[in-house]
Amino acid sequence: MRNLLIFISKYNAFFLFIIFEVTSLVIFVKYNDFQKATFISSSNEVIGNIYLKADQVTDYFKLGITNDSLARENARLRNQLKSSFYVDSSSVKTVADTIYKQQYSYIAARVINNSFNRRNNYLTINRGSNAGITKGMGVISSSGVVGIVINTGPNLSTVQSLLHENTRISAMLADSNNVGSLIWDNNLDPTKAMLINIMKQVKIKVGMPVVTSGYSLFPEGTMLGHISRLDAKNSSNVTGFEVNLSVNFSNLQYVYVVTNKLAKEQEALEAQEKQ
Amino acid sequence: MSRTIIYNLLRFIVLVFIQVFLLKNISLYQVVTPYFYILFILLLPFNIPNFLLYALAFILGITIDAFYDTPGLHAASCVLLAYVRIIFISITVQKEGFDNEPEPTLGLMGFRWFFLYALILTFLHHFFLLNLESFHFSQILFTLTRVVFSTIFTVLLMLISGLMFFKKKVR
Repeated sequence: MRNLLIFISKYNAFFLFIIFEVTSLVIFVKYNDFQKATFISSSNEVIGNIYLKADQVTDYFKLGITNDSLARENARLRNQLKSSFYVDSSSVKTVADTIYKQQYSYIAARVINNSFNRRNNYLTINRGSNAGITKGMGVISSSGVVGIVINTGPNLSTVQSLLHENTRISAMLADSNNVGSLIWDNNLDPTKAMLINIMKQVKIKVGMPVVTSGYSLFPEGTMLGHISRLDAKNSSNVTGFEVNLSVNFSNLQYVYVVTNKLAKEQEALEAQEKQ
Repeated sequence: MSRTIIYNLLRFIVLVFIQVFLLKNISLYQVVTPYFYILFILLLPFNIPNFLLYALAFILGITIDAFYDTPGLHAASCVLLAYVRIIFISITVQKEGFDNEPEPTLGLMGFRWFFLYALILTFLHHFFLLNLESFHFSQILFTLTRVVFSTIFTVLLMLISGLMFFKKKVR
């Protein structure tokens, strides 16, 4: 026993190394598999508040760009107003419209922390469960799909970016409605993604727009990007089409969290089927 | 004694601050991503007890992890770095002949020793960190490119900071 203690104290550097390394690796494997520890992450109140303060400072420098994008979006929304349409027929009837019910609603949020140059990227936004955000909701910006909510605190949420190994979005070609999947692993380029699992017979040209399909979390037809190369290969040798993403992840400022009013019903129905 | 503690505490805060608010946003051609904060572990005094060294490395790693949203990743790499540091110092430095808590700085140890020290430790840290992050054998070539160029950039930053706070001391 005494010899053992002497042995351990003589090589204490090595044994301490084993203890600490195993602790870190356990934390690493345990929490990164399930994406996120609520505790050690940026939706934690302390870290979140530091980011919030830093964001308040850097926010000033981006006011010009933000104004531009807001103005553009205003213009786009104004185009959809009823008052901006011309009524063609001479007799006007008002009907209580019961055909259309709102399926999607949007919660606006500010991005307070963002990364786009690592293998797996996350964002932190300044709305949480108090604003009605829950795990699994989609996040879009004015120019397209941004990611999926993976963790919520009372006032902040963490979003798994589109630029993440595990993100897979059901996408389709806007012209022909052929469905495939959009993934991201092209040498960590934040402007490119890959469209895979498209049927071979479909004719695809450079410049075709790619949008979300009806099977995804997002409203059908949300912009993803444009086809930019036809013979792309990813690191595990799957061939697909390179897509130029429409969202510029390096200057994300405001995003919208998408709430699907029918999601609960759909989930319940699909859960029944599995039983 | 207390001066050493205050210096190191300040260094900890400043390095975490630089890493999180400045270097986190830097990425040249998706290849160079500097991790300058490990300078804190490199500059701890020679006679620090092993347990304290590991504990500080672990705390530093977990702090960076909290900002980077990667629990355990930087902590594991920093603990490995601490182990390599102990081995490297035990091979190259005689512990006797120092007075009052010397630190392995550029001014004290000379350019050649410090350069080698920074280069080897940074390389191993980056190698472990980036491979653990990507976690794919199929991407090993790309990861190695990232390791090499990031190491060059980080060591360059360390040398610059070493020259900025250069103080010639006699052993």
